[in-house]
Amino acid sequence: MNTYEIIVVGGGPAGLAAAIEAHKSGAKNILILERDRELGGILQQCIHNGFGLHIFKEELTGPEYAERFIREMDALGIEYRLDTMVLEVRNDRTVDIISSKHGFETLQAKAIVLAMGCRERTRGAINIPGTRPAGVYSAGAAQRFVNMEGLMVGKRVVVLGSGDIGLIMARRMTLEGAKVLAVAEILPYSGGLTRNIVQCLYDYDIPLYLSHTITSIEGRDRVEGVTIAQVDTKRQPIPGTEIHYDCDTLLLSVGLIPENELSKTAGIQLDPVTGGPVVNECMETSVPGIFACGNVVQVHDLVDWVTEESRKAGRNAARLVLGQITEGEPDLRTRANHGVRYVVPHTIRIENIEKEIDLMMRVTDPFKNKYLVVKHGEDVVKKVRKAHLTPGEMESMKIPVEKLRGLTGELTVCLEEVAHEA
Amino acid sequence: MFDITIIGGGVIGCLIGRELSRYRVKTLLIEKDSDIANGTTKANSAIVHAGFDAKPGTLKGKFNVEGNALYDRVCGELSVPFKRNGSMVLAFSESELPELYNLEKRGRQNGVPGLELISGDEARRREPHLAKEVVEALYAPTGGIVSPWDLAIAAAENAIDNGMEMSLDTEVTGIERIPDGYRLITTGTAIESRIVINCAGLHSDRIHNMVATPAFKIIPRRGEYFVFDRSEGNHVSHTIFQCPTPNGKGVLISPSVHGNLLVGPNAEAVQDAEHTETTAAGLASVREAASKSSPDVAYSAVITSFAGLRATPDTGDFIIGEVKEAPGFIDVAGIESPGLTAAPAIAIHVTELVRERLGNPAANPEFTPTRRPMVHFSHLPAEAKSAWIQKDPRFGRIVCRCESITEGEIVDAIHRNAGARTVDGVKRRLRPGMGRCQGGFCGPRVVEILARELNIPMTEVRKDRPASVLLTGVTKSASEAVIA
Ligand SMILES: Cc1cc2nc3c(=O)[nH]c(=O)nc-3n(C[C@H](O)[C@H](O)[C@H](O)COP(=O)(O)OP(=O)(O)OC[C@H]3O[C@@H](n4cnc5c(N)ncnc54)[C@H](O)[C@@H]3O)c2cc1C
Ligand SMILES: Cc1cc2nc3c(=O)[nH]c(=O)nc-3n(C[C@H](O)[C@H](O)[C@H](O)COP(=O)(O)OP(=O)(O)OC[C@H]3O[C@@H](n4cnc5c(N)ncnc54)[C@H](O)[C@@H]3O)c2cc1C
Repeated sequence: MNTYEIIVVGGGPAGLAAAIEAHKSGAKNILILERDRELGGILQQCIHNGFGLHIFKEELTGPEYAERFIREMDALGIEYRLDTMVLEVRNDRTVDIISSKHGFETLQAKAIVLAMGCRERTRGAINIPGTRPAGVYSAGAAQRFVNMEGLMVGKRVVVLGSGDIGLIMARRMTLEGAKVLAVAEILPYSGGLTRNIVQCLYDYDIPLYLSHTITSIEGRDRVEGVTIAQVDTKRQPIPGTEIHYDCDTLLLSVGLIPENELSKTAGIQLDPVTGGPVVNECMETSVPGIFACGNVVQVHDLVDWVTEESRKAGRNAARLVLGQITEGEPDLRTRANHGVRYVVPHTIRIENIEKEIDLMMRVTDPFKNKYLVVKHGEDVVKKVRKAHLTPGEMESMKIPVEKLRGLTGELTVCLEEVAHEA
Repeated sequence: MFDITIIGGGVIGCLIGRELSRYRVKTLLIEKDSDIANGTTKANSAIVHAGFDAKPGTLKGKFNVEGNALYDRVCGELSVPFKRNGSMVLAFSESELPELYNLEKRGRQNGVPGLELISGDEARRREPHLAKEVVEALYAPTGGIVSPWDLAIAAAENAIDNGMEMSLDTEVTGIERIPDGYRLITTGTAIESRIVINCAGLHSDRIHNMVATPAFKIIPRRGEYFVFDRSEGNHVSHTIFQCPTPNGKGVLISPSVHGNLLVGPNAEAVQDAEHTETTAAGLASVREAASKSSPDVAYSAVITSFAGLRATPDTGDFIIGEVKEAPGFIDVAGIESPGLTAAPAIAIHVTELVRERLGNPAANPEFTPTRRPMVHFSHLPAEAKSAWIQKDPRFGRIVCRCESITEGEIVDAIHRNAGARTVDGVKRRLRPGMGRCQGGFCGPRVVEILARELNIPMTEVRKDRPASVLLTGVTKSASEAVIA
């Protein structure tokens, strides 16, 4: 059996950053496994600008952002295999892989980094009644056809869901000459980034209907029309509010789910809220020696945060291989409270934090002017005032290790009122 | 001139075609859609009924029990997934017991083996998720589950292997009598045939009326279903029915032979055969009715919904036989439930009728009852996997990650007899896109492979029927790139 120090599953931005950082931290025998024909993950189909503002202080396209990491990885001489699917990961850190070139193989690693990204939710899961004609696409599948194959998926388009991919595709389709009639979002707010709503919808006069959903799809062979309607607070359509559109295409951008089939078979504990593995301060999962990072842990809106999180996972995987990690029970567990939906990481062993710990979280609803607070019992560990908070944008709080030394039990993260100023 | 032309490539037409291919006859199967098994055969409960529902003395009752008994052999020969998982009919109150006992009695009269009345507690012991209200149940060990479209496709493939011809995208629009048979006017070329077998499902009354005075009418009745992720596939292991009502067999809960859970159908008369849409109200009624049998089905695990149309005849029974005023024209019409179960027995019966008419043609010396084995790559042991990949590297490329389907399997499904020409056709044969991501990832790849293998541009690849265009053209950026 071939043996590696570290095997990275997935060659998207998360896998690339993790492998590079692991190498820089002293691990030498690293292998990246990618099922696609090229590295870079979902970035390869994101030809719009807007990647790298935080990491590189410039606006890159998806492929440009990926290219920087691919070049660095090549310069370091990190081994990778394309067209190679990981079929199974086991808790003894063996992985089964399959490829046209090498057939079926089992590899052994000292540490594994899971970086499989996420997948889109699809129509069935949300149950729109009606027919099942051609012309219903997930926004990501449409993006793949348009950006990578140069093929149009339709001419008159309605988008369901205001996730970032849907917003970006509304603009893309418009630039390619299609008419985007409307974007319907069932929630009273958009899950997408504000900058995408402005730059992809408002700049092109595409209406965004909040608290609206699709109530039917018409057309037997190809989509011929859809009907949207306003929903009440229980998300049920309100009769009489229907708007009908003649269209040939429906794009679905109704959310992303971390891709954790492999994690499940490996027996890794998942967080029902994020859909990703429960991780500790090192980004290590409940199975020792298996780390996770990027969209497989939590759906990120900015690739820059993926890179940061993945560097941490890669560095710690190397530290584990080099015997620099102290194993043992966690000192602290994190918990989301009032207004906060989830917190990553889930557990903390203070001894393994090098300088500071980065807590990442999302809020439950849009809020204005609140304190985002990290507490230990009644003690405030950190408190930051936020003018705007929205579920579509991930928040993070860095806490220096000194502030945590000696603490045990629970760290809660919640929102608190800002007292009215006189 | 064909000896026999079969109109309709559903499970009935395909199994008749296969049965006829045992003899030296020239047979053609024509189907209006771009694939076989695209009508009722692709959207039903997929149950091989034990046979206690139909009244004794009816064709339904006779062919149900006979067909059920043939299933092990037919599915074995054609390597089609089939499982005798057993079924239960539930009674929820004392008032339903007479109906339950009536079913049991009818079952015995129809010759259903192994029927057993069991207490509510015993039913719950065998099926822990059943409702506490269940007072008694009728257990039928011969009940089974099958993949209906796989059966139809396998039968057509095997029939073609044995010499049958097939013409897709060919709709019969009229029928003329000619001295020694019939001329079928189609959307393609006209076809002449000594014998015509009408297996046109929902349209079988129209086809009948092309050669004879109207004798029956088909009323399409819609049934809607939920399909659940495999995570729910073990919710029940038997097929769970409720006591039938005048409207039909009621809502069932059943595992599917592919490991999913199926809940449905309701029953609603609709105007025409195009109404295969699901409705919010219909699905809600299915959910409500099913909760009576098992209150804790996890609807969050629904991956899709679909609707099928029953070809209900106004005569109340299957219509099978030569039409008196049209010699050589055979109706196999009004084949509503339990038509799938009955299909293998109907096929043998109809083949006998045809043989008689054609003066006992000789056996086909080349007939083989099996088809080239299918490769289920994900089920192979590790060494076999590597060996296949070495022979054909395309087996090393996984296209559908939810169902672990390789490019090699897709290419094979396209090039077999009665192979896939459409995205839905590939999906029906191999299930890429039927997993939890419903084609989000593999859809574009399947389009690419179909285009390459059929040697057509990607823009000509269709989801299903000719009008179900997937891609509407080239992007501005791509066409500008070509010009530049
Ligand atoms: C359409 C879209 C638009 C976006 N727009 C922006 C933007 O404007 N700005 C921004 O900053 N961020 C944006 N993002 C977010 C950013 O692109 C993602 O957060 C980032 O790509 C996630 O990286 P990842 O490596 O975790 O996942 P991915 O990029 O999805 O990579 C995962 C990789 O793992 C591989 N893989 C999965 N399973 C297996 C397996 N079993 N075996 C082998 N390989 C496997 C996959 O093929 C893939 O290459 C966008 C995301 C999307 C989807
Ligand atoms: C909701 C529902 C649930 C059911 N559940 C069960 C069950 O659990 N068990 C069971 O045993 N049975 C069940 N059935 C019944 C079973 O599905 C049918 O009996 C069976 O599929 C009928 O097959 P068929 O070949 O007659 O019809 P179809 O599959 O409809 O085939 C007819 C074919 O003829 C073609 N055609 C029509 N007109 C023309 C034309 N003019 N020219 C060329 N081609 C034409 C059509 O395109 C179609 O492909 C159910 C049915 C429904 C609707």
